[in-house]
Amino acid sequence: MMQQLIIYPLLFQLFLSIVLMFFWNKINAQKVISIAGSIIAVILSSYVFYYVWENGTQKVNAGNWDAPFGIVFVADTLAVTLVLLTALSGLAVSIFSAGSVIKDRLRFGYFPIFHFLLLGLTGAFLTGDLFNLYVWFEIIIISSFVLITIGGEKAQLEGAVKYFTLNILASTIFLTAIAVLYGLTGSLNMADLAGKVAAVENRGLVEVAAILFLIGFGTKASIFPLYFWLPASYHTPPAAVSAIFGGLLTKVGVYALIRVFTLIFVGDVFLGEILMVLAILTIFSGGVGALVQNNVRKVFSYLIICHIGYMIAGLGMFTEIAITGVIFYLIHDIMVKTNLFMVSGIIFKIKSSNSMRALGGFYANYPKLSLLIFIPLFSLVGIPPLSGFWPKISLIGEGFATENYWTVAAIIFASFITLVIIAKLWAEVFWKDAKEIPEKPKFEYFSDISKARKTQFILPIVFLSLISLYIGFGAEHIQLLSSRIANELMNSQQYIDTVLNNS
Amino acid sequence: MKTIILRTASNYLLPVLLLFSIFILLRGHYLPGGGFVGGLIAAIAFVFHSFANGLKNTKSLLRFHPGFLMPAGLALSFFSGLSPIIFAGDPFMTGLWYHGHVPVLGSVGSALFFDMGVYLVVVGVTLTIIFTISEAP
Amino acid sequence: MEILLAILVGLLYASGIYMILRRSLVKLIIGIILLGNGANLLIFLLGRITKGLPPIIPENSKVFLEAYADPVPQALILTAIVISFGLQSFAIILVKRAHKVVRTDDLDEMNATDEDS
Repeated sequence: MMQQLIIYPLLFQLFLSIVLMFFWNKINAQKVISIAGSIIAVILSSYVFYYVWENGTQKVNAGNWDAPFGIVFVADTLAVTLVLLTALSGLAVSIFSAGSVIKDRLRFGYFPIFHFLLLGLTGAFLTGDLFNLYVWFEIIIISSFVLITIGGEKAQLEGAVKYFTLNILASTIFLTAIAVLYGLTGSLNMADLAGKVAAVENRGLVEVAAILFLIGFGTKASIFPLYFWLPASYHTPPAAVSAIFGGLLTKVGVYALIRVFTLIFVGDVFLGEILMVLAILTIFSGGVGALVQNNVRKVFSYLIICHIGYMIAGLGMFTEIAITGVIFYLIHDIMVKTNLFMVSGIIFKIKSSNSMRALGGFYANYPKLSLLIFIPLFSLVGIPPLSGFWPKISLIGEGFATENYWTVAAIIFASFITLVIIAKLWAEVFWKDAKEIPEKPKFEYFSDISKARKTQFILPIVFLSLISLYIGFGAEHIQLLSSRIANELMNSQQYIDTVLNNS
Repeated sequence: MKTIILRTASNYLLPVLLLFSIFILLRGHYLPGGGFVGGLIAAIAFVFHSFANGLKNTKSLLRFHPGFLMPAGLALSFFSGLSPIIFAGDPFMTGLWYHGHVPVLGSVGSALFFDMGVYLVVVGVTLTIIFTISEAP
Repeated sequence: MEILLAILVGLLYASGIYMILRRSLVKLIIGIILLGNGANLLIFLLGRITKGLPPIIPENSKVFLEAYADPVPQALILTAIVISFGLQSFAIILVKRAHKVVRTDDLDEMNATDEDS
């Protein structure tokens, strides 16, 4: 039973959502099961992480069919790290949902679908098969469609139409890419493809497949010309849903890009240049977009896009140190972005508004809460020693070393613009004198809710802030982890040997 | 569409179609067929019945909400996939087979239970979707 | 046969994209369906169309002896069809709801998400 250890986090999420479906109408039971289950998932994922850290890359052949013929699940350090981060944000958002999402929304199967989303994410990180990755992506987007439309408000439905169209289009392009690649090589196993794609003589068609993958995953990761669905939809659902979307959904696109471009399409100069240009444009458009927005959640949405650019830039440079920076940034970003959308939820709950112009006076009224929110906000900016600072050193240093001065300029520009945006947000929302916002008649304000529910609001933010602080102050450990992952990614032969059993 | 011919025919067709769907489900391991197609046929049987007799009558015929079939089928599939881990120590979804002849079914294994789970999920999902579409004003 | 299928795939992609670029919500769904069908046919086409035996190796040999038909593309297409079945039914309900709430099926008039708030 120990050989199959690595797929237990996946099976456990599936089990959890099935159990939750049996409790369809019992919302309070669902809350308890979801939170307890998420805690078990964190413990399970930590153990899997520890096991892989000690024993190296593991694999499981589903159905006992040997790779490359059957579907294979592979847990290298990158996969288990992301599985662990998924479980951690899952726990935080599960607690936050229990407190913040209203009953009318929970009634329509919020928690089962939420755990299906986590199942899809866990599966996408663990799978070693390209078509299986497509299936997990579809599970992710179907669950996210339900989560984004639950409640059925006008803005939500409009946002959902945009989100839906572009994501389906991305999936179709991804499927087309799989078709081309299968036609070229006759294989779908990523480790097997690594060797077979290198041997294909028709390089033009390989390039076409690579670009199709870039468009498909790029839409999901929201890189430059493909990101428009994100700011149009992420501010419409409840804050808990935005939190899990903002933290993990775009990152799974980045993960897929990293996996495909370090394993299958390796060392293509042309692709590296395209990635670099796209990264610079992504950083600029995200940063400038965030600067002009007034809605707090839209600001965060644009910041997601801006910071995706860092990771794409590191991937474009394609050196071990740059990839180390990318992985570090990925770890930091998942925790902070999940946290920030929950912060936006708590701001909305207190003042019933997300408009920066209308808000104000938080520091005077809630000093302790403001200090707590200070941590994720300024981790995002990357003021040393908070967590966003460290990966940028690797990225900027490597930008100079590989003579990508434009990229360095873009990263420095983006750091500066993030600082400006967050400082503006801090001044507007926290320091400015409070303004009178007309009270909404049926709105349940933060001051009216019970103490237990207040805890459910604040506890997850405290939890993720502590992790952010650990990433900042224990940067040594995260750097060690990231460099090991980068080393594994750059020397993919070990991954291939593990999957295909050539020892 | 409530003609007397259709209504009379649908009463006889419902059991025939359900039986046919189970036949398709069972032959699915080696021949064309299986849980998904079988489930679709079973769902069509109920949809056909609702065309002829109205949605209310079909719902009272079913007695429970078809949505309940989803977790039931998922659970059946999940445990049939899990059984090799528990009983044989093999990876997830390895086929476990009972090596003896069972009348009517042929050979029985975990794959059959998996397919039955798929069948239930497909019936549940399809009926939920179609009932939702036709109910909404 | 291959040429015919290639032309068909091209037509499906082209008409799918054309429909997606229209402003009506219903045409958007039709476009998505056509694109999905095009992608499925492309997998079928690129998986090589061969008339052959089922890919089952006889007990006393180690490799395939005769031409065999590749079963993988069919499995992939079946999976993709099942997924698109779910997605399309969701899309239809979503469009129905959106039309009821927004009172338009013109994509250009769906601007609530860009309003300043």
